Amino acid sequence: MATKSIKTEYLKGLWKENPVFRQLLGLCPTLAVTGTVITGIAMGLATTFVLIFSSLVVASIKKLIPAQVRIATYIVIIASFVTIADQFLKAFFYPISEALGPYVPLIVVNCIILGRQEAFSSRNSVGRSLIDALGMSTGFILALLALSTFREILGAGTFLGYQVMGSWFKPWLIMILPAGAFITLGILLGTALVIERKTKRS
Amino acid sequence: MELAAIFISAVLVQNFVLYYFFGICPFLGVSKKIDSALSMGLAVTFVMTITAVVSWLINNFILIPYGLDYLQIVSFILVIASLVQLVEMFIRKISPPLYQALGIYLPLITTNCAIMGLALIAALNEYNFIETVIFGFGSGIGFTLAIVLMAGIREQLDLADVPIPLKGAGIALIVAGIMALAFNGFLGMIQ
Repeated sequence: MATKSIKTEYLKGLWKENPVFRQLLGLCPTLAVTGTVITGIAMGLATTFVLIFSSLVVASIKKLIPAQVRIATYIVIIASFVTIADQFLKAFFYPISEALGPYVPLIVVNCIILGRQEAFSSRNSVGRSLIDALGMSTGFILALLALSTFREILGAGTFLGYQVMGSWFKPWLIMILPAGAFITLGILLGTALVIERKTKRS
Repeated sequence: MELAAIFISAVLVQNFVLYYFFGICPFLGVSKKIDSALSMGLAVTFVMTITAVVSWLINNFILIPYGLDYLQIVSFILVIASLVQLVEMFIRKISPPLYQALGIYLPLITTNCAIMGLALIAALNEYNFIETVIFGFGSGIGFTLAIVLMAGIREQLDLADVPIPLKGAGIALIVAGIMALAFNGFLGMIQ
């Protein structure tokens, strides 16, 4: 592990180990909040906050955590930061907090975060854990952005609330329904695999 | 009537998997065989009903009276984690055959966001005690229905000629999308 450069440590989260497309983690929020780009980004940023700070704390106190209760400890640490994020959104961005509904508190059971603590922060230095958390969050935001861009443009004809399709365009209602989320993600997963195979061959 | 509406809505209309997107991980991971899907569904229903009761008690007798609402997330997740552990020990002692059937799926349930989502949504909707129990049980049945249907479709899919990049998770998600569309048809039942 220690031989890896900082750059590869960061970049692996973007594509090679992308939490959504490659590891199939954190699918619940990915599907639920990507009806519009703005909620997708808000979710991405909230998750980034929680992931970075949980990784920092876990990496700093990893020697103090007894192995038997480590999962419970991680969950309490994560839950504390989720509470902070939740209260912050409620206080300063109330409309977004309303739109995200129960999915902000649910960051606590997002398997990306717990997975990184167990797989990375608990056995790496604080600096490396920070880089890893940054990379994974960027990958997660990219996935949310990809999914929500497709869904908002096709489902409402807008991007970030601005009209991008002409008046001839009839919004595809299915894209903003739950069904659209599943189908779009399925197609994107397939596309990611095709790209992966093409790049491997060349 | 009101209770029936909550039950039907939890099972069909606002199905946990296909409407709220809770519990996608087991929905994709444990839906390859009907048998194991059914066991998983029953384990989830069981834990969900108990979680609904316990989280309701904690929310209404401890958190709200003392103005500790902001501790909801931490307390719910701890309750769920310890509850799953407790249920596991209890079943192992009381009914070994049931433990054999559910065994490996029980620990997985802690990280199932459907359980946490249930506690949060029940608190958000301010259900009373009976409504919460019905809601918890109904949501579990809804989850079981979705995962068993999915397993039935996937058993047939094994024989189908699926494009290679879509094999596995890709086609499963697309199937889930079509199922969500079908369940969308129930929307007219509850106003």
